[in-house]
Amino acid sequence: MTLAPILLLAAALFSMGIYGLLARRNAVMVLLAVELMLNAVNINLVAFEAAIRDSLATGQVFAIFVITVAAAEVGIGLAIVLMIFRNRQSANLDDFSTMSG
Amino acid sequence: MMSDLLFRFAEEGAVEIGAGGALQEWAWLILVAPFVAVAGIVFFGKRMRYQGAELAVGMMAFVFVYGLILWVQTMTDHVVYENSVVIAQVSESLVFEWGWVVDGLSSMMYFVVGVVGLLVFVYALGYMRGEIRYTWFFASLSLFAGAMLVLVAAPNLAQLIVGWELVGLASYLLISHYWEDKENSTAGMKAFFTNKVADVGLIIGAIALSAAVGSFRISDILDAATHGEGGFSAPLFGSTVAVAGALLLFFGAMGKSAQFPLHIWLPDAMAGPTPVSALMHAATMVTAGIYLMARMFPLYQTIAEAARPYMIAIGAATLFLTGLLALVQDDIKKVLAYSTVSQLGYMMTAVAAGGYTAGLFHLFTHAFFKALLFLGAGSVIHSVHSNNMSDMGGLRKSMPVTFWTFVIGSGALAGVFPLAGFFSKDEILGTLDHEGYQLVMWIAIAGAFVTAFYMTRAVALTFFGEYKGHGHPHESERVMTVPLVVLAGLSAVAGFVNWPGVYTGFTEWVGTRALTMGDHHPEALDLRLAAFGTAAALLGIAGGWLLYGKDKESQQARDAFWIPGLYDAFKAKYWLDDLALGIVALVKGPSARFVNWTNNVIIDGIINTVGVGTRWLGKLVYGRFDQQGIDLAINAAAAGSGAAGGALRKLQTGRIQQYAGALVVGAVALVVGFVIFTN
Repeated sequence: MTLAPILLLAAALFSMGIYGLLARRNAVMVLLAVELMLNAVNINLVAFEAAIRDSLATGQVFAIFVITVAAAEVGIGLAIVLMIFRNRQSANLDDFSTMSG
Repeated sequence: MMSDLLFRFAEEGAVEIGAGGALQEWAWLILVAPFVAVAGIVFFGKRMRYQGAELAVGMMAFVFVYGLILWVQTMTDHVVYENSVVIAQVSESLVFEWGWVVDGLSSMMYFVVGVVGLLVFVYALGYMRGEIRYTWFFASLSLFAGAMLVLVAAPNLAQLIVGWELVGLASYLLISHYWEDKENSTAGMKAFFTNKVADVGLIIGAIALSAAVGSFRISDILDAATHGEGGFSAPLFGSTVAVAGALLLFFGAMGKSAQFPLHIWLPDAMAGPTPVSALMHAATMVTAGIYLMARMFPLYQTIAEAARPYMIAIGAATLFLTGLLALVQDDIKKVLAYSTVSQLGYMMTAVAAGGYTAGLFHLFTHAFFKALLFLGAGSVIHSVHSNNMSDMGGLRKSMPVTFWTFVIGSGALAGVFPLAGFFSKDEILGTLDHEGYQLVMWIAIAGAFVTAFYMTRAVALTFFGEYKGHGHPHESERVMTVPLVVLAGLSAVAGFVNWPGVYTGFTEWVGTRALTMGDHHPEALDLRLAAFGTAAALLGIAGGWLLYGKDKESQQARDAFWIPGLYDAFKAKYWLDDLALGIVALVKGPSARFVNWTNNVIIDGIINTVGVGTRWLGKLVYGRFDQQGIDLAINAAAAGSGAAGGALRKLQTGRIQQYAGALVVGAVALVVGFVIFTN
C-alpha cells in the first residue's frame, strides 16, 4: 500500500479542520474542527510508522496519547462552552470578545 | 556548618601552650554555655515552660560539672593548658587573641563559679518567683557568670579587660533590677561609675605592661617580669614601667574587689535582689580583683616588688576599717557587705604579702560561707519582708534550717575551728608572720575579733530575742533551703583541702603553674597563731553575745554604747560618700560651664556651617540634577512606554478566531520558509 493516498486523506481532513476553525461561528463546531485536525495528524502518525516499519510502534503509541489528550481537551472545552451558553444564551464566538484590549 | 567553620578557624589560629587532653581542648564550652543561656533566654525565654530559668540553671549545671571534672583532672596530674586564637592582627606586634586557660588557678575559679553559681541559680528559682522581670533576671544572671568565666579564662590582658567590663555591665543590670525605685538605679550607677574609675587604671596599666613587653599575653608579661629589667625578650621593660603598670592594675583590682576607699559602691549594691548579692560577693565580681593579683603574682614578686607595701597598706586598711562599719549597720545585708569588703582586705593583704596560696585559699572558703550567709539573709528577708534587723528577732524557732546554716556560716566567717574560715585565716596570719609583717598580722587578728563580734551581733539580733516585725515568719521552701544546706556542708569541710602538715592538696592545685615563687607554705599548723586567731574569734563572739544576746535597750543605744566617739563616723561611713560627692560637685560647675560654652560656640558653629552648606548643595542637586536631569529621562521613558502600549493593544481583539487565523498563517509561513530554505 502506498503512502500518498493516506497522506492526501489526512491533508484533506486537516484542511477541513482549518476551514471549520476559522469560518464557523458556533463554538461547538469549532471544537469539532479541532478534533478533525487532531485526527488528521493521528492518521499521519500511524501511516508513517507503518511505512518505516518502526519496531517500537512509536507512531501508534503517540497517536494513542494524542487521542487521550484530545478527549480531555474536548471535555474541558465543552464544559466551558456549556457554562458560557448558560450565562449568555449564545454559543456564537463573535459575542465573546470581552478580553479585547 | 557554623561550628565547622569555627573549628577550622580555631585549628588555624590556635597557639597551644602546655599539654592538654580533649578535656582541656573543649574547656571553651565552659565560657560559651552561659552566653548560650543568655541568648536563648532573651529570645525564647518567655515561651519556655519555666520562663527561661530552666535554661540558665541547666547551663550553670553544665559549668559546674565541667568545672568539677577539670578540678579532679588538674588536681591529679597538674595539667597546664593554654589555647589562644588570633582574632585580629592589627600590626606585626599588636595582636588580639581570644582563648582559654586551664591550670590550677583558673580551674579553681571555674569550680567556685560553677558550684556557687548553680546553688544561687537554684535558690533564685524560689526567691524570685513571681517577681517582676523574672526571665530577664535569669538572662542577666547568666551574663554575670559568663562574664566572670571569660575573665577567669583569659590568657591575655585584652580578653581579661573584656570580661572585666562585662562583669561591670552585668552587675549594673542586676543591682538596678528593681529600677522603678530611683534609689536602686542610683545604686547601680554608683557601682558602675566607681568601677569605671578603677577600670581606667586597669586599662592604662594593661596597655603599659603590654606595650613594654610587646604582647598582651599574660604568660609573656610574666616571663619578661621574671627575666628582670631590660631582659632579653623585652628590652623596653624596665622596673619603672613594671611598678607603674603593677600599681595601675592594682588600682583596677581595688575597684572590683572593693578595696578602701573605692569600696563605697559595694554596700549600696545591696539594692539588688539577694541572689545577686550572693553571687557577686562569693564568686563572680569581687573575686575578680584578687584573681587578677594572683594571676599576675610573679610580677609583684619580682620586678614590681616596690608596689607591694602600698598594696599591703590598702589591704590592711580595708580589712580593719570596713569591718568596723559592719558593727553599726541595721540592714542585715549591709552587715554582710561590709564583712565581704573586710574579708577582701584579708585576701588582698595576703596576696600582696606574698601569700599566693593563702589569699586564694581564703577566696575559696569565703566563696562558700559568704554565699551561704547571703542566701540565709535572703531567706530571712523573704519571710520577714524587711532588710532591717530591728524588724527581726527570735527567728530561730520559726526558721530552724536558716538559723542553723546561718550559724555555721557565721562560725566559718569568724574562724571557729574546724570550719573553713579557721584554716584560711590561719594561713593568712602564718604568711604575714613569716614575711615579717608583724603589725599587719596584729591588725588582721584585731580584724578577726571585729568579724566575730559583728557576726554574733547579726545572729543575735536576727534569730534571738523577741520577734519585732509584722506577720508570722515561716521557713522558706525547699528550693531555697537545699542550697543553704549544701553550702553549709561546703563551709564546714572546705578548710580541710589545705591543712598544713596533714593534707595540702589545695596548695599544689593552685600552684600548678610553678609561678608561685616566694609563696610561703607553712609546714604545719602554727599553733601559736591559731591560738591567737581562735582567741580573737572567741572573744568577739563572747563580747557580741554579752551585748546583744538579750533584748535590753534599743539596738541603737547598744550600738552607740561601746563605741561612743566613733559611732557617728561609722554611721556616716567615714563621710566617704560626702567626700566623693564634694569632689564631683567641685569639678561639675566649671566643667559644665566649659562644656556648655564649647557646645554653643564651637560645636554649634560647625554644625550651622555644615547645615548651610548642605542646604545650598541640596538646592543645587534638586534644581539641576533631579528636576532637569533625572526627571526628564524618567518622564520620557514613561511616555514612550504608554505610546507603545496604546499601539500594541489594538492587536488584542478578544476574538479567538482571529488568533487562530494568525496561528495558521504563521504555521504556513514557517512551512513555506522551511521548504524554501532547506532546498
